[in-house]
Amino acid sequence: MSGGETDWKRAKTGFAALLGPPLGWFLLFFAVPMAVVWAYSFGTNVGISDIEISGTFANYARALEPLYLGIMGKSLAFAALATLICLIVGFPVALAISFAPPNLKTWLLIGVMLPFWTNLLIRTYALIALLRDEGLINSGLELAFGWAGFERLSLMNNNFAVMVGLVYVHLPFTVLPLYAALDRLDRSLLEASFDLGAGHLRTIWNIVLPLAGPGIISAVLLTFIPVLGSYLQPDLLGGPDSQMIANVIERQFKRANDWPFGAALAFMLMYLTLFGIALQSLLKRRERPE
Amino acid sequence: MPDPAPKRTIIEFRNITKRFGPVTAVDNVSLTIQEGEFFALLGPSGCGKTTLLRMLAGFETPTSGQILIDGQDVTKVPPNKRPVNMVFQSYAVFPHLSVIKNIEYGLKMEGVPAVERRERAEAALAVVQLEGYGERMPDQLSGGQRQRVALARAIVKRPRVLLLDEPLSALDAKLREELRFEMSALQDRLGITFVMVTHDQDEALALASRCAVMNKGSLMQVATPADLYEFPATRLVADFIGSVNLFEGRVEEDESDHAIIHLPEIGIKAWLDHGTGASETVQIWLALRPEKVELHKRMNGEGPPTMEGTPPGHNVVKGRIMDIAYLGSESVYDVMLEGGKRVRVIRPNLTRWDQEDFSWDEDVWLGWHAEGAHVLLS
Amino acid sequence: MSEKPGLLDYARRWPLRLWMGLVFIFLYAPLVVLVVMSFNDSRRTTKWQGFTFDWYRKVFEDTELVQSLINSLTIAALSTVISLALGTLAAIALWRFRFPGKPLVDGAFSLPIVVPEICMGVAMLIFFARVMPWPSGLPWPLSLGAIVIAHVAFSFPFVAVVVRARLHSFDRSQEEAARDLGASDWRALWDVVIPHLRPALLAGALLAFTLSLDDFVITFFTAGPDTVTFPVKVYSMVRFSVTPKVNAISTLLLLFTVLLTFIALRLQARAEAEKTS
Repeated sequence: MSGGETDWKRAKTGFAALLGPPLGWFLLFFAVPMAVVWAYSFGTNVGISDIEISGTFANYARALEPLYLGIMGKSLAFAALATLICLIVGFPVALAISFAPPNLKTWLLIGVMLPFWTNLLIRTYALIALLRDEGLINSGLELAFGWAGFERLSLMNNNFAVMVGLVYVHLPFTVLPLYAALDRLDRSLLEASFDLGAGHLRTIWNIVLPLAGPGIISAVLLTFIPVLGSYLQPDLLGGPDSQMIANVIERQFKRANDWPFGAALAFMLMYLTLFGIALQSLLKRRERPE
Repeated sequence: MPDPAPKRTIIEFRNITKRFGPVTAVDNVSLTIQEGEFFALLGPSGCGKTTLLRMLAGFETPTSGQILIDGQDVTKVPPNKRPVNMVFQSYAVFPHLSVIKNIEYGLKMEGVPAVERRERAEAALAVVQLEGYGERMPDQLSGGQRQRVALARAIVKRPRVLLLDEPLSALDAKLREELRFEMSALQDRLGITFVMVTHDQDEALALASRCAVMNKGSLMQVATPADLYEFPATRLVADFIGSVNLFEGRVEEDESDHAIIHLPEIGIKAWLDHGTGASETVQIWLALRPEKVELHKRMNGEGPPTMEGTPPGHNVVKGRIMDIAYLGSESVYDVMLEGGKRVRVIRPNLTRWDQEDFSWDEDVWLGWHAEGAHVLLS
Repeated sequence: MSEKPGLLDYARRWPLRLWMGLVFIFLYAPLVVLVVMSFNDSRRTTKWQGFTFDWYRKVFEDTELVQSLINSLTIAALSTVISLALGTLAAIALWRFRFPGKPLVDGAFSLPIVVPEICMGVAMLIFFARVMPWPSGLPWPLSLGAIVIAHVAFSFPFVAVVVRARLHSFDRSQEEAARDLGASDWRALWDVVIPHLRPALLAGALLAFTLSLDDFVITFFTAGPDTVTFPVKVYSMVRFSVTPKVNAISTLLLLFTVLLTFIALRLQARAEAEKTS
């Protein structure tokens, strides 16, 4: 498969001209900043704005205190639950799109992708207008059941709102890879299952799910990783007890001004993310032994 | 070929039409298939044969018409509740299940207990000569073995009808020939009705006890392979099954024991040993299979040879050999008649020197027996 | 619709239709409400009080908001051009050459795609505060430089992924044919490979543009007081209070996104049609 590749030594100038600029940009504006954060995570505050890289593990030790461990656990739990809901909601949608006739399929795909292209902040803001105390849902319910002594539900500034927001924003991230996996399935395998006497549910359970396995795993990780690092939804929709790890990190930099601790927390999140990615590539490799 | 005894009807298509949007894939087809037949649906790609099979399996629903299996209307019955099973063109062997699990799948869906399931699956493996392959995964099998797994998986359910969608098309030529004999033997042994879709006329002729030729969604002719070849109903069928030389003509004399046909294209008269029943005013076509044409040397001054069963001067025409293709078992000659008409002739190479009898640019007589040609009305 | 749906035509079976209907309502209802309320003649955004264009007028009177939108579009445009160039170079380099450490470089380029935004945000904050401070007081648009740099850093790997996927379908013998006919290496690249990449370049550009326009978190950490982008401005407005002005400007941006998506789909469909004809 690498048949047409040229060895770099045969065209050093061309190679340098092609790879140089992107690699340079990556190193200077991504690798170096990340390395600095990593270094800061072993630093101590000296004075108001000076930081000394002292090689201390104190920041990590603090990050593992029950308070922060709790927030991390909560972030993981939020991410897991949001991913599960996205999967349950998204799977039937992906299934229907995969087997829809071509022209309908195009429209359904656009329908799923349009929110994906829409500004994240706008989408989160749109939810606020629905959920807040005097928002549309409460107004509507009031109009319908006001006579029965309806009391406003508190739908905003709590964990429920954060969960709705996380699912709302990330659902397209789940549907698209699921669709990609299901669309690759050989239809005749499904037909064979029916032909041999299985109904729809048994065909999905016995044939579709096992064969779409790698696609489902990648959908899970493509949803889980961004949800874990979510900042906007807990910030705008959540209450004081629904902060996720990203909000705590932000506070260290913008308000508490404890950069080394913030850096340590950021790298805790990085380690979790990298672990997830490593897991994915491992599973991927096991799925395709060739 | 054994004479098929009159049997019960097992499948009946009644006025089946299937449209996909503006496209009519199957156009008002009515057809009955008898129990125990090996029935082939034959036709070029896109002729509707696969759609017909898929409707029988239940994957497509007819736009109008009815399908009966064993006298029961199954038109609206879903595929998992029909007494038919299918061998797919791609085999559709489940890649994540072992061979034995693949074969057991259908029995599991029926609720057959585990022990009996395993017994029956092993027996089916034996039938397709794959004993000992049960624990293999499909990607460890060759194409031919996968085809056998698909076959075993279908027959283990003991269906009333086995459907085969281009069962041998994905295999190489040698394996295909081998499996043809096996399939034929298998059908004899199981006594199940087989319905096969194929675009390969050799496959249909070799396997089927009866064939339906389809074109553009309609049935052209339903007959035994021999009848299709020797007595095609139309030019289309004649041309699709094997190759054929066609001459335009008009009936001049039509008696019960013979007929004389004038062929203006080549300027001679043809003698047939049977009446045609065709009107003398309409155009007809004389169909002549390449292997039924004889070649004779044409020396200067010698008259035409007299063909078997005909009065002198009939069924003989002058020609010149333009091209010869040596195919081993036989040779194909491309002969040009006076007037420019090309005729294809096949001669078996009965001895090792046969192909040297005739050579390029040689003048020859072409002729055929009184029973060699067949009259087509359309 | 009298005909029975095909066996696998799940989209036409009622349980799934219902499910899809609910999902699409969930996805679109908030956006529809947002748009409708932008025309509502009331400060309290819940009850319909009558139709007005007032909020749109107020948007254009708010110079800070308009400036933030101009900033965002400028940054997106600059970031798109640079990301497209860098992403394409990276993709071609990884496709063309065999070199030691290739899997490492390959993996490294995918990092900006997966790293949480918040981590990259703080990295940019520290970088531009301590390592390479962006000079303040530069004339516009040079003042936007730090944000553009950050946006390119996370956008170009996306472009590289899209371009590489397209390169997979490229028949290398075409390039060899061009070489055989006398074209130089670079000439062959320009004449044969780049035209093949056109749909991917379009898709990559659109992706880079949207990513830049969409980004809040990383920009939030990079932006200074006089380089406020649209999402950062809207964020501060939303935190402060919910006013229909935000609805109005959101509607405008929404319209812009829809337009952009459809133009892209159109161009893509045309490219497909050209390919098949």
